[in-house]
Amino acid sequence: MTTFNNERTLGFRRASRPGVRRNFGELPFMPEACVAVIGLAAMWLMPGDLSFLTRIITSALFVLSLDLVLGYAGIVTLGHAAMFGVGAYAAGVYAIHVTAEPLSGLLMGGLFGGLIALATGAVLLRTHGLTCLMMTIAIAQILLEVLNKWRSLTGGDDGLSGIMVEPIFGVIEFDFFGRVGYLYSLAVLILCFWIMRRLVRSPFGLTCIGIREDRFRMTALGASVYKHTLLMYVAGGIFAGIAGALMAQTTQVVGLSSLGFTWSAEALVMLVLGGMGHLWGAIFGTILFMVVHHFASAIDPFKWMFVIGALLVAVVLLFPEGLVQAIRKLAVRQIARMSKRGTS
Amino acid sequence: MELIFSILIDGLAYGMVLFIISVGLSITMGLMRVVNLAHGVFAMLGGFFMVAIVSRLGLRPELAALLAAIGVGMLALPMEKLLFRKVYGRSELQQVLLTIGLVFIGIAAVGTVFGNSLLAVPLPEYLRRSVDIGFRVVPLHRLAVVAAGLVVLCGLWLLLAKTRFGINIRAAVDKAKAAEALGIDTSRVYQLGFMLGAALAALGGILGAELLPLEPYYPLKYLVLVLAIVAVGGMGSVFGSFIAALVLGTVETAAKYLMPEIASIMFYLTMLVVLSWRPHGLFGRQL
Repeated sequence: MTTFNNERTLGFRRASRPGVRRNFGELPFMPEACVAVIGLAAMWLMPGDLSFLTRIITSALFVLSLDLVLGYAGIVTLGHAAMFGVGAYAAGVYAIHVTAEPLSGLLMGGLFGGLIALATGAVLLRTHGLTCLMMTIAIAQILLEVLNKWRSLTGGDDGLSGIMVEPIFGVIEFDFFGRVGYLYSLAVLILCFWIMRRLVRSPFGLTCIGIREDRFRMTALGASVYKHTLLMYVAGGIFAGIAGALMAQTTQVVGLSSLGFTWSAEALVMLVLGGMGHLWGAIFGTILFMVVHHFASAIDPFKWMFVIGALLVAVVLLFPEGLVQAIRKLAVRQIARMSKRGTS
Repeated sequence: MELIFSILIDGLAYGMVLFIISVGLSITMGLMRVVNLAHGVFAMLGGFFMVAIVSRLGLRPELAALLAAIGVGMLALPMEKLLFRKVYGRSELQQVLLTIGLVFIGIAAVGTVFGNSLLAVPLPEYLRRSVDIGFRVVPLHRLAVVAAGLVVLCGLWLLLAKTRFGINIRAAVDKAKAAEALGIDTSRVYQLGFMLGAALAALGGILGAELLPLEPYYPLKYLVLVLAIVAVGGMGSVFGSFIAALVLGTVETAAKYLMPEIASIMFYLTMLVVLSWRPHGLFGRQL
């Protein structure tokens, strides 16, 4: 288990200093409104790239769920895609064999993501560090192989295709251009974002942050480390499952790569670029990563890998709090300096 | 019966390759407490260096392999000084991120220089033959791999048990602070240990090229394999890595013979079972 012996991490310090001006993000509904505005603006600016934008949204939701697990509970995982993929397959199979109603499909994704997280978390959260990390990888690989071999249900290597989606509430039909799909994803993202923000600010979320910072002290204070981390892991699994279901519904195919190691690692990169332990950072990191990916991978996959690798090394050595946080801090310092000059 | 022997001999060869590649990682992870996902990069670089040396300079393959291993060891020195040293004592996540970044950079570098294709490692003339060992014919190369694995095991044992440097390593693995207080230059031990680990990985990459084919995505593809050995064997334990490599190698080979459908599931399942039974690995100690 990681201990972030770094008091700069997260608004933990901020929260412990009453009387300081309320952060912008702490105003009620402000972050959700911002996401909505950015999402609608992006739709207006890039009407031809809606499928790409929808992919950013599903990825953002997945990275947010990873942030709950890694950034708030401090569980280092490289197998988070397991929950995403299982949620995606659950929603896909549900749509094909039961009903194509989208909202219950999302719930199915969340349910299966949560169940997988509960079953696997119960085993792996008893360990720490490298062992825990290896077990997350192993579990994701085993699930991947099981789904790969279960051809009758999942289509194996070929992936699960032919997922149909009925109109939302039986009224709003998905259109050919993906406009409804995009707005639907955006709405799901905003709703989940709101729930997550409530979650991490609840006493439960704060206890998890405490455990992340110092698990021994929290144990001494009487908090059950295992119970809290497991619950947070399940919460992350539920949201990852919902993200997978959303992906299945909007792209209408599910492939094995949705459980792959690369997808877990990529989500980790996105989260770290944005800065973990901030739900904001997860969203910005995803946007940054996906946009760079969109343009760089068109050139040459090896150049793309080099860019990602160099970014990671740079982040670790130069900006341990994440690129977005570093830029934000720089901006805040600049503004402070400028306003100081203005008053004097 | 023949099947069992076949499984054993192939599992042995496979396990030896895994052992040679991962033992260096086990030592360095035990020493420096750094979760290093980039160890496979050294193995891959070893193979590619060797091929480059053979094709450019026309040296004998054995000599080229040795030179490649030394070259990779030398390359590891600046990496330790400039990169790894910065994350000693930092959180595991930081270490994972740094080393995964190095994996990506390594893939990009090798892919750009050598192209995205499989690489055939040249074998010396006398290893290309096969020998009849009673019940089946085995490529001589595979026996040479087994022999090399045993040599590495004995060499490491001699080094760790009988030399001053080995004593320093063991002291630093046990308790770095106490070793420092007793006048052992731990940062020097770290450097040498890291170089040794990298050179061994390069050797393993070359010897195992037949079983784990060399390509730019090598470090990502076999990353889990190598880490699994270290986790199962226990960090810092040479003997643990040896046992873990043989067990996991044999399990996977047996599954490939008997139930090819679920071979990789068996591998991960074994690892999962061992780790839930002994979270610090078979021969690891609570850190």
